Amino acid sequence: MTIDTRTPVSLSVRDVHLSFGANRVLRGVDLDVARGATACVIGPSGSGKSTLLRTINRLIEPDRGDVLLDGRSVLRDDPDALRQRVGMVFQQFNLFPHMSVLRNITLALRRLRKLGEDEAVAVARTHLELVGLSAKADARPAHLSGGQQQRVAIARALALQPQVMLFDEATSALDPELVKGVLKLMAELSAGGMTMVVVTHEMGFAREVADTVAFMDHGVVIEVGAPGAIFEQARHPRLRRFLSQVL
Amino acid sequence: MDPLSTLWETFFDWDSMRAALPEMLTVGLPNTLILAVSAALLGSVLGMLLAIAGISRTRWLRWPARVYTDVFRGLPAAATILLIGVGLAPLGMQVWGPNPYPLGILALSLIAAAYIGEIFRSGIQSVEAAQLEGARALGFSWGEAMRLVIIPQGIRRVLPAWVNQLIALIKDSSLVYFLGLVASQRELFRIGQDYAATTGNESALLLAGLFYLTLTVPLTHVVNWIDRRLRHGRPATAPVGDSDDLDPVLPDPRGGTPR
Repeated sequence: MTIDTRTPVSLSVRDVHLSFGANRVLRGVDLDVARGATACVIGPSGSGKSTLLRTINRLIEPDRGDVLLDGRSVLRDDPDALRQRVGMVFQQFNLFPHMSVLRNITLALRRLRKLGEDEAVAVARTHLELVGLSAKADARPAHLSGGQQQRVAIARALALQPQVMLFDEATSALDPELVKGVLKLMAELSAGGMTMVVVTHEMGFAREVADTVAFMDHGVVIEVGAPGAIFEQARHPRLRRFLSQVL
Repeated sequence: MDPLSTLWETFFDWDSMRAALPEMLTVGLPNTLILAVSAALLGSVLGMLLAIAGISRTRWLRWPARVYTDVFRGLPAAATILLIGVGLAPLGMQVWGPNPYPLGILALSLIAAAYIGEIFRSGIQSVEAAQLEGARALGFSWGEAMRLVIIPQGIRRVLPAWVNQLIALIKDSSLVYFLGLVASQRELFRIGQDYAATTGNESALLLAGLFYLTLTVPLTHVVNWIDRRLRHGRPATAPVGDSDDLDPVLPDPRGGTPR
């Protein structure tokens, strides 16, 4: 299956810094993702990977540096409008538990995209079909398995036709047997030409799907390259040590 | 006369009750409902404003909300009703004429708002921060995210506590008699008290108590039913074609859903 996306854009992160008090979480991060490419960000816990994603869609404002979509800085844009262009999927899904699956998707379509009820429902159903969950439209998220919830979360983000998708450890909260379905969907999305930044501990996914893999530690990208170069010919000792522990 | 007979005649004199019943139904009950419903609406609106001010990042909103809550929760309800009803009476006279109802409703609302504000605040703050982040990530502004996602969840979590407060409000509505009501303005308690005073028998007061119970007890059960409905939502539909995934975490949606 191939997933159609709105015209994807390239993404560049330039020298992004961020501190929480004395804690320097990001210390000059650079990352380039070509249009329609998938970058996987790997690294130990606490290395700043998730925070980096949040500076890209400005859920957290960087202290300095720049984020560019198709070469244009987005730091002066309206952050809410930016987030409609940059979809995000979270480790804990963050579906709204008081709404049905369908309404989880139509809410933003109606309120932000200003679609009519019928059109919003049609778009939502199309995306639910895309993730194989048409039958769950009327269910509450709590009645779905973790894997199904994450696929709904992906459908919710995709329904807004983002130009970039950010995945923050999208499978880390799932039981092992549920991971496969979500990774498959992400791989299809990648194959469909979506620009994606994927923070993941799934090294197999990074190796198979990513165009670029970036290794982060202590708030900086230490090594970046094609999956083959990162996994087979790692240069930096910290990356080699990390890979020896996770592979 | 033995004590049991005295007790029976004091509280269960059917003639006294029958005499008070028409006035309770036509005057007392409507007035109690007017006072309680008006104060519940106004108190809930004010309570929501207090809750939002209470979680604001701006101390100029947070501190006044805190002080307000401390003051109005700390004063006895009767004292607040008297202070507002009597203290603002000259002002009320100019605006509404010699009618103590608006000031009574205002006083009840201000008291209720202090409690309801805390109930709403605790409900809103119990919603996981990830919910706000999820809504913001879709492109909703802070205000939209609060209004559409956070506050509805927060209120649902505190529905029973909110209704407890409404029950307290129904009972506290009896305190407006301090403000001096004319015959047509008397609520349930005042009518019961008047009958008790003129007949020397407490049965009319007991009847007033029964009226209060018929208002408050069903309210509790209705809200518990609503709470259950909201919590569980509609049952999940049968799984179709989810070969690459497992099915519901909760096989029986009516069996108790974790938040």
